[in-house]
Order: sequence, then C-alpha cells, then structure tokens
Amino acid sequence: MTTDLTRASAAELADLLTSGGTSSVEVTQAMLDRTEAVDGDVHAYLHVDREGALSSARDIDERRSRGEQLHRLAGVPIAVKDVMATKGLPTTCGSKILEGWVPPYDATVVSRLKQAGMPILGKTNMDEFAMGSSTEHSAYGPTRNPWDLDRIPGGSGGGSSAVVASFQAPLAIGTDTGGSIRQPAAVTGTVGTKPTYGGVSRYGLVALASSLDQAGPCTRTVLDAALLHEVMGGHDPMDSTSIDAPVPPVVEAARRADVTGMRIGIVRELTGEGFQAGVQARFDESVQHLVDAGAEVVEVSCPSFTAALAAYYLILPSEASSNLAKFDAMRYGLRVLPEGVDDPSAEQVMAATRDAGFGDEVKRRIILGTYALSSGYYDAYYGSAQKVRRLIADDFAKAFESADVLVSPTAPTTAFRFGDKIDDPMAMYLNDIATIPANLAGVPGMSLPSGLADEDGLPAGFQILAPATADDRLYAVGAALEQRLHAAWGGPLLAQAPDLSTSTTKGA
Amino acid sequence: MAELTRDDVAHLAGLARIDLSDAELDRMVGELGVILESVAVVQQSPIEGVEPMSHPMPIVNVTRPDVVRPSLGADAALSGAPESDQQRFSVPRILDED
Repeated sequence: MTTDLTRASAAELADLLTSGGTSSVEVTQAMLDRTEAVDGDVHAYLHVDREGALSSARDIDERRSRGEQLHRLAGVPIAVKDVMATKGLPTTCGSKILEGWVPPYDATVVSRLKQAGMPILGKTNMDEFAMGSSTEHSAYGPTRNPWDLDRIPGGSGGGSSAVVASFQAPLAIGTDTGGSIRQPAAVTGTVGTKPTYGGVSRYGLVALASSLDQAGPCTRTVLDAALLHEVMGGHDPMDSTSIDAPVPPVVEAARRADVTGMRIGIVRELTGEGFQAGVQARFDESVQHLVDAGAEVVEVSCPSFTAALAAYYLILPSEASSNLAKFDAMRYGLRVLPEGVDDPSAEQVMAATRDAGFGDEVKRRIILGTYALSSGYYDAYYGSAQKVRRLIADDFAKAFESADVLVSPTAPTTAFRFGDKIDDPMAMYLNDIATIPANLAGVPGMSLPSGLADEDGLPAGFQILAPATADDRLYAVGAALEQRLHAAWGGPLLAQAPDLSTSTTKGA
Repeated sequence: MAELTRDDVAHLAGLARIDLSDAELDRMVGELGVILESVAVVQQSPIEGVEPMSHPMPIVNVTRPDVVRPSLGADAALSGAPESDQQRFSVPRILDED
C-alpha cells in the first residue's frame, strides 16, 4: 500500500476509507493540494470545485461515522469531463458559446456519482464539443501531457486523461465518439474504456454525434476502470437508447484476470504500416504476454475498416451539424449582436453568435455536415457512409466468429508536439484510425498502457475490442495483460513519469 | 465529385447560420476540399445493395406510464437565458420589416 494518497488507486482508497485508515476529506484535500501544485503546468481542469468537493467529502465521512452502509467507492473523489451537465457547476464543452453556462440539472452519470457518494473535484478540459485529438481545439487553451509538457495529452478528453496521469484524481469521466477516451489514455499511459453503445446513459451528455457518443471511465488501473464502469452504467429511462439489462460483470472479470483458452484476434488492417515502430513493438510484446497467460492468437481481416475514417467523417459532421443547431443564442449560452445592424433579426443574431462562439474545427464540421446532408449530395455522401457503416459492423460480426476479442495498437503514434497537426485536419483525424470502427459498430473498447516506445520514451496504448454487451471480456484481457506488464516493469508505467511538482512551465 | 466553390461554402454557412468572415471563407474552401476528397472513399467501397445503418443497436420505441413527475420549474429553465421577460425567453424580432 502506497502512503501518498494521490498515488493510490481508487480500489486502494476505497479499502482505506472502509477500514478507517483515512477520511474522504483527507483524500479530497490531498487531490486539491496536488492540483494546486501541478495544474498550473498541466491545465487539466477548466473549473475546480474546492468547496463543493470538500463539502461532499465531509458529508460522506459523517455518514460513515454513523455506521451507514455506503457504496464501495463512497468518498473517492472524481473529475468530470466538461461535456457532462453538472447542476450548479459551469459546463462549457470547451466552447466560448457556453462560457459561464451553469446547467439547472445533472446528467444521469453525474447523479449516479453523487448517489455513490463520490465528491466531484471539477470539470476537465476538452477539444471544443469533443472535436479533436489533442485539446488544441479547446477555447480555453490546451492541456499538457504530464509525460512531456510540450506534447498533447490526446483528445478530445485530454483533460480527463491528464488529470489521472498527473495524480490529481484517481478517477475521471470521459466520453468517446471516435476514440476520445482511448486515444488520450494511450498517449498518457492511463486506462480508458468506451462501453458498449447504450451501456451508459447519454442523458445530460452534450451530444456531438448521438449514434456514436458513449461515456466511460478514465483511470490508472484496469480494476479501477471496472469499478467506475459499474457505477456509471446500467439502464436509464431518460435515454431511449439505453440498454435495458444489468451492467456486464466487469469487476468480477477484472478480478479474475483469466484469459485461459481465450481467442485473441489481431486485426490485419490495424497493425504494421502506418504505426510507429515503438508502438508496434510494445503491441507485439503485449500479445506475447497474453499468449504466455494462456490465450490463443488468431489473425482476422476486416477489409472495410480501411473506409471507416471516411465514413466517420461524414456521419459525425452530419449528426453534429444537427445537434449543434440548438446553440441559437435564444434560450441559453452566448448571445452576440451583429455589428452595424440596427434592430437585428433573430436569424442575424444567431449567425453572429455562432460565428463568434464556435471555433474553427466546429465550424468546419458543421459546414461539412450541412453539405453531406444537403439534397443532391445526401445519397453520395451520408447515404454511402451509412452503407460502409453496415459493412464495418458485418466485418466485426465475422471477426467475432473466430475471435473472442480483437486487439490492435490504440493510436498509430505516441503523443505529438503542440502545433504539429493543428493546421492539417486530415492528419489530426488519422489519430483515431484504430478507435473509430468500434464507435461505428457500437462495440466496447479499452486502451491500457503497453509500455514506452523506444524512439521517444513516451507511452503507447494497447486496444482491446469485444462484441456488444460483452464488456467484461475487455476487463479479463486488460487485467491479465496489466498483471504481466506490471511484473515486467516492476510497477505501474506511470511510476516512470516525471515528477511534475518540481517542474517549471514550458512554452507550448 | 463536384468541386466545392467559395459560393457553395458561403451558401452552406448561411444554411448553418454561421456568419463567416471573408478570411474564414477563403481558408475553409481549401480545407473542406481536402476533407471531401478523402471522405469520398466511401463511394468506392462495395456498397451496392447494402442496407444503410443509422444506428449501432436496433432502435425500439420506448414509452413510459403517463404520470406526472417533477420537472424543471420556470426559474431553472430560464436561468441560462441571455434575456427573459415574464417567465418567457425574450428573443430578437423574428419577422422582416417589409
């Protein structure tokens, strides 16, 4: 057991809290102190709720002292991505158009955290409306990667990955539309899961693409991800796409960590060419670890995955252009009056507000979506993309006939430097090449650290994909691999990350 | 595939209610052209006769019993409004003068 509370896992903190070895106030204060020390450099948070978190912590400590039966994670603090509505706490989605907006209600995921008695530390940074792979598209400035402050922490959920990687919180909530939980996990040496579509309620999650969005856990260990997955997941009558079934036995699977006889499918189209040598090398070693643990390796082919990126960048902008139409300057958010117009119309105010309030990437995608959906082009673009989506789902179905899970590197490269891809949208989009197919088909996926790439010493990610509603398989494979990698490294990968409390700010 | 012109982008921006500046329009024509060329790959996939897929899970109609339950009050609903008046959202004029 580690003595530094900020370095402890959520599972360890839960045990300490239950045994009376610490209090929620003590744990929460330790996290807030760490934020004070390092977040000036990292910028993982857009908003820290010091008073709110401590008051929840005091409440839980009191209830525990009265002998009340509490949730396993009661008193363990958590950070929430700024795309989730939090009653009484600002929710901006990284956009100027929602600057200062305080939602009058909680997302279902947030209500469940509160019911479990988990203090909410604050809201984490993200690419504007979750559009991006680097947090460089946040209207409030980028988050820096705790491994190297000159590099990106992944995106869109770079705030949530960085907050756990820099030991400011043991747990964070992320959302994943095309890789926004898994790719940030990969480049920061952390763990992240995108559950099966419908496994976690989307009520109160500000929608990017409704048929792709899914919230999930961001953590430092596979068991912690399972514990948080269990709190977040399950049926919600407020979301018509919510699956009406119990959460798969994810915690049990993480505890057993058993892959004996399991068939691990390597996706031919998601390895080799296009993947950085060090990322590929750590992937190959991880596969060998799973073989040593008793799994069997098969190779599968998913030929339609090569068109997944293209289909995604038609389907996502189409849905986004429709979802973001609600930011109209009328009911909430920013209102800007056009310059030099007397008595402007509602339409003119809308257009001026959306120009001032949205960033470049958001405008690009709204206009692309408007084009893909316009009459005359609908069949050629959106229609064709929906057909490719079916082919991808069929490829998954076929692959899962010969494999229990599929594996690949999570992202093609390690963390790149700020500015490297910001002016080239297609280069930025390629970061999600291995993560996008899961969103299109709705299947669950996890990323966990596979080691450091030889050429740059930065973390690489290992992705596991499972059939819809078989999320528990991710945790069985993830926990088995994690055990063996920790043994090989002599501890968690993040123990090798720089100690930020002594660093000085570098330019981005 | 039809080439996207500056006028096309201006028209789309109008449909999307975004008042793009001239500089933004200039930049976006080029960027969108590159993206459109890349995403056109979907048209070369073997999609003939394939059923389009709009959603990852089978969509079923969801109903609930018709009973009253708590909801946002007027104050909470209006709490983020740029302008409100007599428990209503106050908006700029919606009709043209002429």
